[in-house]
Amino acid sequence: MEKAACNPYPSKAMTRFYMAVVAVLAFTGFGQMPIFKRYYLADIPGLGWSANFFVTHAIHYIGASLLFFIIAYQITGYFMRGRHYYSLTRSGWARVIFLVGLVVTGIFRVLKNMPDIVFSPNFTMFIDFAHLGFAMLFLFSCLGFLLFHTGWCEEDATT
Amino acid sequence: MGKISRRSFIKGSIATAGAMGASAVPLPASAKGVGAGELATLIDIGKCIGCGACVEACRETNGRKFPEPKKPFPKMYPPRVRTADWSDKRDVDDRLTPYNWLFIQYATVNINGEETTLTVPRRCMHCTNPPCADLCPFGAARKLKNGITRIHPDICLGGAKCKMVCPWDIPERQTGVGPYLQVLPNFAGNGAMFKCDRCFDRIDQGLVPACIEACPEDVQTIGPRNEIIAAAHARAKEINGYIYGETENGGTNTLYVSPVPFEELNKALEKGPGMPHMEPVADSMALADNLGMALLLAPIAGIVAGFIKFTGFSKQKSSQDNKES
Repeated sequence: MEKAACNPYPSKAMTRFYMAVVAVLAFTGFGQMPIFKRYYLADIPGLGWSANFFVTHAIHYIGASLLFFIIAYQITGYFMRGRHYYSLTRSGWARVIFLVGLVVTGIFRVLKNMPDIVFSPNFTMFIDFAHLGFAMLFLFSCLGFLLFHTGWCEEDATT
Repeated sequence: MGKISRRSFIKGSIATAGAMGASAVPLPASAKGVGAGELATLIDIGKCIGCGACVEACRETNGRKFPEPKKPFPKMYPPRVRTADWSDKRDVDDRLTPYNWLFIQYATVNINGEETTLTVPRRCMHCTNPPCADLCPFGAARKLKNGITRIHPDICLGGAKCKMVCPWDIPERQTGVGPYLQVLPNFAGNGAMFKCDRCFDRIDQGLVPACIEACPEDVQTIGPRNEIIAAAHARAKEINGYIYGETENGGTNTLYVSPVPFEELNKALEKGPGMPHMEPVADSMALADNLGMALLLAPIAGIVAGFIKFTGFSKQKSSQDNKES
């Protein structure tokens, strides 16, 4: 597999966009726990909004929409051309699995928040903890892969 | 309770004793076996005499659910984190506390030129789309299919997010109880949150909540939400009154009917910590609901964008491949 076949896709702009979206999701996701005010983060000038749960929740939804867009865009691209040109590394597959877990549990959390949709308490709790668990796995794995320069694609160490 | 004797206290006491002595009142037939529907309660403010029987019944029935904190409390970090301890003030019944999930609120208003003190039983509104349950990060606050919103004290860490997102600031914290003591007692959590659970365990047994059973004046009724809304409108029409809770915060499963406009009633209510308002409340989850719909549409946009982008690429690549071959 030639590096040239992988690098043009995803583009650097798309990679940066994806990383920015993940950063926003991580920040607003952790902001769903009442810790930003307690630990002075919301006291930093310009970050007062981070203590407003409705604001961080709305931004988290917007970030999730953008992530869904990117994922759908990339999957479409993969099946239309990418699978003939590159394959994912093991760390890439690990990230895919964690992302799928995050997305699926996130969808259930969104559904739970809709009016007229009520899940059982145990299922709700499972979804809440699973979403948090997948987020931790994903972020720690990304950090590890970043440190070890392990990219998504074979012979690609850029992402 | 400071202002109980608005009307005949003796009458209320006798009636209360009778109600307490009576056998457990079952749920109305229409409310039994309700599947997808939610149960709501209607509180007719004009009927309430402020005797406090509902408050006492709530405390007696739910006393076993009240927190028993371990002291001394773990030292909290950072120091700005304050503990909340109501365990030495369990008798307080003129506001919401972890040991008092229902209280009587007073409002002196003018009805037909006559100054009248209205008494309003106040507790959790049990929203149809409760932000406390929607936004709880650990699933401790949960909405049940029968319309009850409750907080599970064995899961809640006491971060009080539910209180912060509640339009009426209903849940109250007690430090020194709950799972945070086993996790990171100094650095995360701060006890557990407590509020009315509308006697979910009694409802499960086919009984009405204790406050409804104990009321000597039949101030409260319970039933399927659509029937309760119809009853609220009928009562409001009968007394030329007003309804609160039908649309507040997107609709609640606690509805009030008042003989005076709620704007006027709210102005007259004594409000403050543990004493909620009766202002108009917009649906606090409406933005999230709209963004949620957008979120579910985002993948479609991604597929379309990808299709447009890569169809062009595929054609370009094919022509390049043909030239090379």
